[in-house]
Amino acid sequence: MVNFFDEMRRNKVITVFLVAFFFCVALLFGVIAGFFIGNIYVGLAIAAVIAVIYTLVVYYKGSNMILSLSNAHEVTKQNYPYLINTVEGLSIAAGLKKVPKLYIINDPSMNAFATGNSPEKSVIVLTKGLVDKMNRQEIEGVISHEMSHIKNNDIKIMILATVLAGVIIIIADIVLRMLFWGGGGFGRGRDNDNNALFFILLILGLIALILAPFISTVIKMTISRKREFLADANGAELTRYPEGLASALEKIRDENVVNTKLNKSFASLYFAMPKKQENWFVKMLSSHPPINERIKRLRAM
Amino acid sequence: MWILIVVIIALAIAFIVIYNNLIRKRNTVKNGFAQIDVQLKRRHDLIPKLIDSVKGYMKYEKSVLEEITKARSAYIKANDVKTKAQASNQMSSALKSLFAVAENYPDLKANQNFMQLQEEISGTENKIAYSRQFYNDSVMDYNNYIQMFPSNAVAFMFGFKSTDMFEAEESDKKDVNVNLE
Repeated sequence: MVNFFDEMRRNKVITVFLVAFFFCVALLFGVIAGFFIGNIYVGLAIAAVIAVIYTLVVYYKGSNMILSLSNAHEVTKQNYPYLINTVEGLSIAAGLKKVPKLYIINDPSMNAFATGNSPEKSVIVLTKGLVDKMNRQEIEGVISHEMSHIKNNDIKIMILATVLAGVIIIIADIVLRMLFWGGGGFGRGRDNDNNALFFILLILGLIALILAPFISTVIKMTISRKREFLADANGAELTRYPEGLASALEKIRDENVVNTKLNKSFASLYFAMPKKQENWFVKMLSSHPPINERIKRLRAM
Repeated sequence: MWILIVVIIALAIAFIVIYNNLIRKRNTVKNGFAQIDVQLKRRHDLIPKLIDSVKGYMKYEKSVLEEITKARSAYIKANDVKTKAQASNQMSSALKSLFAVAENYPDLKANQNFMQLQEEISGTENKIAYSRQFYNDSVMDYNNYIQMFPSNAVAFMFGFKSTDMFEAEESDKKDVNVNLE
């Protein structure tokens, strides 16, 4: 059994660790970069500056999911009293102090996402397709899943993960460019004594730099998938009815609408991204776990 | 010598952390109970409007309306966890009877005002259920913490006591009798 406040605090701790870990990795890449330009400290300093500035800017500017207002309408007690009551009820069950606002976006696909800087200032968006095609238990399942994301601070965690992965990619990119176009201080002050070691480190560093974007993305996506499973579990605990969520996922899986206007670059924020999961490689780079796996876990609860 | 100091500091920190957790959990329980009260009161306030909207149609359904009135007074008199839970369950089943009987009156069912009230009361019933769920979850968490080692030591020192869950006696769960004539 879960106590939601403890969960929230634990997730805050995880966020801190995440930031620290990625920071260290960014600094590590700074060292590698510095190694290549002949001055480790400069590399370190530059990495630190980039990481700090970029992180602060994005963290405080917050979620840059722009709700295209022309397409999204706020849900009020007048037009959807049932939805408002559901969100209010689930907020009580989750122990959230402020009830998230609810919007409906005019899109035929069945999907949902949550966004917002903090649990106090958050928004849940449902597509019109979802509201029209799903029954009450399924809608409640979806809303509870999104509310769990809010409660778990997942939006902030994913923004942080994206930012820090981006920082690593930037640094790796800069160093590779310096290496191949400028030469930098490469070889400056090196004498022939440490040649073998030098070249081994060189190769390793190069591999690390080239693989950096890939590795960062994999780490980020793994975090995203774990968070999705967690939101499924927490959502089911809120409603005490995992079948609602399982049924909703089934409907999405079996749906055929492909003409969605939803922006694919924000894929990791959505409730589900229906697509064929072919092999382990595709799965590793996927922001969501395979739908069938999610359904299986829910029905096993 | 140094080890002793480190150990003492570690113990002190653990002590403070446990104490703060106890306070936090106990306040969560109190807050949870207040939240149930909020929803119960809200339902209580909706009842007169409901009675108003149905009495024209259902003037011969005396027993159903009486059940509601009885449940209302039970709620007013209740003042601790057990009696409140009982009163709440009583009102829930009285309302179920009323809405079941309302199925026999198509004019009433089509009435806009009635439909809105039904949705509102249904929503409030859900919120009562959710707030009970949250309260009971916090009570279990708090009770576990008080009873488990090592937090039970600190709890005992400062007099933290277990709390009751929001539930009624078994005898009050009776079936709803619906007259489908």
